[in-house]
Amino acid sequence: MAPGPIRVAETPLVSYLLRRADDALVLGHRLSEWAGRAPTMEEDMALANMGLDLLGQARMLYAHAGEVEGRGRDEDAFAYWRDERGYRNLLLVEQPNGDFAVTIVRQFLYAAYAEPYWRAMMASGDATLAAVGAKAEKEMAYHVRHCAEWVVRLGDGTAESRARAAAALTELWPFTGELFEVDGTDRTLIAAGIAVDPQTLREPWQRTVIQVLAEATLEAPPAGFMRRGGRSGRHSEHLGHLLAEMQHLQRSNPGAAW
Amino acid sequence: MTVRRSPPPTPAAASSARLTAARRAAATVVDPEIPVLTIADLGVLRDVRLGDERVEVDITPTYSGCPAMNMIALELEVALARAGFAAVKVNTILAPAWTTDWMSEEGRRKLRDYGIAPPRRGAGRRALFGVEEVACPRCGSEDTAEIAAFGSTSCKSLWRCRACREPFDAFKCH
Repeated sequence: MAPGPIRVAETPLVSYLLRRADDALVLGHRLSEWAGRAPTMEEDMALANMGLDLLGQARMLYAHAGEVEGRGRDEDAFAYWRDERGYRNLLLVEQPNGDFAVTIVRQFLYAAYAEPYWRAMMASGDATLAAVGAKAEKEMAYHVRHCAEWVVRLGDGTAESRARAAAALTELWPFTGELFEVDGTDRTLIAAGIAVDPQTLREPWQRTVIQVLAEATLEAPPAGFMRRGGRSGRHSEHLGHLLAEMQHLQRSNPGAAW
Repeated sequence: MTVRRSPPPTPAAASSARLTAARRAAATVVDPEIPVLTIADLGVLRDVRLGDERVEVDITPTYSGCPAMNMIALELEVALARAGFAAVKVNTILAPAWTTDWMSEEGRRKLRDYGIAPPRRGAGRRALFGVEEVACPRCGSEDTAEIAAFGSTSCKSLWRCRACREPFDAFKCH
């Protein structure tokens, strides 16, 4: 039988793990699209390194999802054999790279959230999530620091860099509401001591964002309409294109390996 | 003339000798990206056990995306096969999470001799957000500056020494 898209039995914990793994995989893939194209050699390596951190986090989370689901699926099954509607990532992380400012602002907005998120998850009742958290919070701290330096340099730079940083912020801001969304899956796991309540992350996220934007002489866009849907598989048009590229080789040559 | 023969080793002694041999073989495996450091120096090698059928080795990743883990698992199988252990199972364990504090003093010295500034002990978050002081591995000066936070591998950043003017890699605190 030819392999086809898989149907995942989405218990709360499996869904939760896939959401976090998908965030990391999709954002890591976006960063990998920069390889060989970044403005400087150092930045090329930085973007690739950050992408690698995220890919590593995704692999550990998918592997754990496979164990919890108990159907013998490995990380590749989740990455390559789910269609767009099966992906549970935030809309923010699937947005296209745009120019360098868009990539940096997207990474900054995500990392400023992911760092306190993973630090809080070190106390998770799920031992694997806690262990992933212990590694990821340090990695995300490096991402925050690196991206914050760039946000300041771009915002407080030339008229051109400032205009691009401001445009990136305006474009990506409507995707930040989803970071703090809570649904039934979250509530079940928060009650079980496995998940952190994302509402508690809003304050540390805002503190980092406001502080860095102030230094960059940029202003946070006013509160307004927030886009949502990624956690339930309703994505922007960009994810399908990303998956087409990422999954093409495995779908054309199932099981291909190096 | 009678020849006195030493008694055959007891099963417990034989098992202990086999375990020592397995540990020694596993500890010879080096990090493919920093070939002067063994996985024991790095703190990546967590445990070696003898089962009924096979040797079990526990390793722990340094960084989430460390691409050397697959290579290290393969090298472990080879090293143990050479030492006479045909059946090997390598487990990757995540908890407790590896930190640069697990690197041995011997490992830090080897790293410095190789030209890579070793991570500071217990630096953790201070190093991430405070002022990081990194001594040049060539001349020892602390008059150094970071060139790039993300270096040639996930675990390194790129620095330069203002005293001897040489660029160098530094192992990042984690």
